[in-house]
Amino acid sequence: MANQMKEPLFSAKNRKLLTDPLNTSNPITVQVLGICSALAVTAKMKPAFVMMLSVVMVLAIANVVISVLRNGIPPRIRIIVQLVVIASLVILVDQVLKAYVYDVSRQLSVFVGLIITNCIIMGRLEAFAMGNKAWPSLLDGIGNAFGYGWVLIAVAFFRELLGSGTLWGYQIIPNALYDIGYKNNGFMILPPMALIIVGAIIWIQRSRNKQLIEAH
Amino acid sequence: MYSNSYVFRYAIIMVVIVAAVLSTAALLLKPAQERNIAVAKMQGILAAAQIQATASNAVDLYERYILEEIVIDPEGDVIGLYKNGEFEIGDVRAFHLDLKKEQYNQAVGIDFKMPLYYADINGQKMYIIPLLGKGLWGPIYGNIALGEDFNTIVGASFGHDKETPGLGAEIEEAFFQEQFIGKKIMDENGNFVSVQVVRGGAAMLPVSRQIHGVDAISGGTITSNGVSEMLESSLKNYIKYFKKQVNI
Repeated sequence: MANQMKEPLFSAKNRKLLTDPLNTSNPITVQVLGICSALAVTAKMKPAFVMMLSVVMVLAIANVVISVLRNGIPPRIRIIVQLVVIASLVILVDQVLKAYVYDVSRQLSVFVGLIITNCIIMGRLEAFAMGNKAWPSLLDGIGNAFGYGWVLIAVAFFRELLGSGTLWGYQIIPNALYDIGYKNNGFMILPPMALIIVGAIIWIQRSRNKQLIEAH
Repeated sequence: MYSNSYVFRYAIIMVVIVAAVLSTAALLLKPAQERNIAVAKMQGILAAAQIQATASNAVDLYERYILEEIVIDPEGDVIGLYKNGEFEIGDVRAFHLDLKKEQYNQAVGIDFKMPLYYADINGQKMYIIPLLGKGLWGPIYGNIALGEDFNTIVGASFGHDKETPGLGAEIEEAFFQEQFIGKKIMDENGNFVSVQVVRGGAAMLPVSRQIHGVDAISGGTITSNGVSEMLESSLKNYIKYFKKQVNI
């Protein structure tokens, strides 16, 4: 016990909690969770970015809250308790966005509710926060949220660039290219392309990191 | 390990705490949220008049450019006029009318009121009509500004809550809204025809009708149709008022 108290805040083990989800245990590309919202919010970069920030907030705080409460939560209703915590946090985030950054809240309005059903959040609460202390839970929450977020932004980058010719709403593809017959790929804006891009990211990741390849 | 009564107590206490936290947050944040909504409404009205207002200067610009808030009844008579900060006719500000409620009243056949804004943008006089309609996933709304002839569109702005990004959501982009400028809502005989958002492009229409059409958004057909319907159903209520104004 005394040993654990002295463990530095950013020990190798704790750093791994932050960095692993970015790559080897990425929630989207390795665990294949949260695919639903990865399809929905990645047509443009801005909503994808705001979605990432909101998920970081909700997941980090929910992980800490559940971790603090973990010894008192009756196992029989633990899923309900987790859901209540997530739902209240999402409502709070939504209300705060509406009050202080109205523009962003307009951008996000559809998606903020989706956070409640994001499997990654329930998954982390159930798999990590229910069995670990508050600090590691916070790191785990932040790590997983960013692991989810960078994939979202990578997918949104390609979909917005190829689908709309813009990035963050600014035109990137020069007009000269359109003049000689280049056209935006309307298919990129539709959800199936998100799945294909996620598939491509998984392919690249596994070809670089052989240990992720399943034996069979 | 945990008795039933513990489970019940735990659940009840948790729910009470959560309810208290959420309702406190809602109460504390409500004034700021309502101000944001009012400011966004002003920004929308100004955007139709081709004035780009930020959240910080919208109130000032609104007071400078929007000279009159007019309330009209279904017969086309003015029943409210709010000017220079005071009421000249009636006691309802057009700005405070709830379009959703008025549309409901119209649908069930009760008397309803319609808002209209009169603006003077550096000498260019225009009438701005707020719009509310249905998109694919949720409400769409907007404002449309008509010139002094009550016929030529001088500006339009649209917004939405839930339309698909990159598809229906494009109605709030400048390229879509700019198409409306110069279009006419009445034909040469003075009959109301509204403005159509045409799938495949306004060029699909006969040449004589092209002045009443704009290009739809590819992949956003239902939202585009929603815009057409919103324009038609909102504008038709104002025609009686327009005719009375032009005859005088």
